[in-house]
Amino acid sequence: MNSMKHHIANSVKSIPPSGIRKFFDLVTQMDGVISLGVGEPDFVTPWHIREAGCYSLERGYTMYTSNQGLLELREEIAAYEKRRIGIGYSPEKEVLVTVGVSEAVDLAMRALLEPGDEVLVPEPSFVSYAPGATLAYGTAVPVPTYDIDQYRLRPDILSRYITPRSKILVLAYPNNPTGGVMYEEDLEALRDIIIENDLLVISDEIYSELSYYGRHVSIASLPGMKDRTIMMNGFSKAFAMTGWRIGYACGHQDIIGAMTKIHQYTIMCASIMGQKAAIEALRHGETEMRKMVDNYNYRRKLILSGLQEIGLDCFEPRGAFYCFPSIKTSGMSSEDFCEKLLWEEKVAVVPGNAFGASGDGHIRCCYAASISNIEEALERMDRFLRRHKEIRISKIV
Amino acid sequence: MELEKRILHLLENNARLSCKAIATMLDEDETKIKSIIEQMEKQKIILGYNTIINWELLGNDGVTAMIDVKVTPEREVGFNSVAEKIYRYPEVRCVYLMSGTYDLSVVVNGESMKDIAWFVSHKLSTLDHVQSTVTHFILKRYKQENFIFEEPEEDKRLVVSP
Ligand SMILES: Cc1ncc(COP(=O)(O)O)c(C=O)c1O
Repeated sequence: MNSMKHHIANSVKSIPPSGIRKFFDLVTQMDGVISLGVGEPDFVTPWHIREAGCYSLERGYTMYTSNQGLLELREEIAAYEKRRIGIGYSPEKEVLVTVGVSEAVDLAMRALLEPGDEVLVPEPSFVSYAPGATLAYGTAVPVPTYDIDQYRLRPDILSRYITPRSKILVLAYPNNPTGGVMYEEDLEALRDIIIENDLLVISDEIYSELSYYGRHVSIASLPGMKDRTIMMNGFSKAFAMTGWRIGYACGHQDIIGAMTKIHQYTIMCASIMGQKAAIEALRHGETEMRKMVDNYNYRRKLILSGLQEIGLDCFEPRGAFYCFPSIKTSGMSSEDFCEKLLWEEKVAVVPGNAFGASGDGHIRCCYAASISNIEEALERMDRFLRRHKEIRISKIV
Repeated sequence: MELEKRILHLLENNARLSCKAIATMLDEDETKIKSIIEQMEKQKIILGYNTIINWELLGNDGVTAMIDVKVTPEREVGFNSVAEKIYRYPEVRCVYLMSGTYDLSVVVNGESMKDIAWFVSHKLSTLDHVQSTVTHFILKRYKQENFIFEEPEEDKRLVVSP
């Protein structure tokens, strides 16, 4: 077959293959795998929300909506954000409904970056930000965070990575893959640097409802930060609606307007069925959502104590549904560890370096899995660790 | 009482949770959880532990009926003594006092419809104070105790995703 690779744009070619994709291909060849490698809720969307989606089809809502999304939904979003983070956004001018937070990230990068502008991405992080920057002709600058800091972004470390080209800082807390959160004082400590350097912030708050200690604080709610922040949130995690593909961005009308311009020509609008279901989620979804959050919290504690018992150090994740234990004591690299664990014990976890170089030496374990699967996975990991410890000792002796 | 309730909510959905798991999930001491559960068993707050079984998958064709029973209440004891006479039968799974057009709702298991017919005609209807019965056979179970019978609980997610 002729290679057509020379036709592919350099910006696309320059993006390295996804570490997750590689691992996914491996896992799908196998049967009987217990997966803690998933990045989404194990709950199906609550029935009343699914039903609202069905009903919208029955009623014939099968058409485009306005580019920004149904006004009714934007009004619900504005009211919800007022309750959640205490900020008033105008549903007409400051809210854009997108195809997931994924699209919102892409739109913001494209709307804001000039070629060569730098995007500061604290790592380990969700996989979309750096490629999003690259595709918008920007440059992603990874900023490491560490388990000793509970994966919070430290102002002194951030300062070291700022250059005259720095334009956007990504903040995604509660964090995927670490479960780290930033509290008000942590965010406050970044504020001066952000303002002094005239940075904009992409604040991906998709896991904010999954905060297990205290209330989530949005950086947008700090003095002087609302206009600088493009606040993104969505229905995927809190309402278990990943497949519906509905998210949104809130921010200054000029920025939301620019993002809307791209969105109107490339996407037109998010699906109306999803938007109708999202309205139901915001109007009546609170109770079920809280139940799911309680349920994640139970499993968070189980997996955390289980990991400690089998000798894997893990800082306590305070949000999202991931644990990010260190596997340094195993003497293996993250990828090695994950591949061996998969082949030998059929447990899928994701190598930490799939989320950036600073994630190496760790694995991501998602606890949105049944209690029996979590317990079984821990047993298998225990067996795996013991076996490899013996192998190591026998090599030394 | 809060802790007791939280333990019960966990057990209600999964009676096989270990005390250790419950203790971890509730940030409590394992021995404390154990003793609270034992206490609740003694107090009959926890009456027992059941398994929800889909017998049909084993080709078992036992039958279950729900029987509406009209009763003349007795002086002093009301419906209780009749109810007691009914629930003593081992084939009776549940007995409830109901509001509405009849008084007791009785759930009966049997090997066959004949079995249940015999139970109704010989044991139930002949009790003093039982005026009438209406027997409904269960044709199919869709959901019981929060478990859906036919829908396989399969995980439809991709095994690895970001
Ligand atoms: C931090 C983070 N942001 C965004 C997304 C994507 O969200 P959406 O489904 O709204 O596109 C994910 C999904 O894994 C995520 O972990």
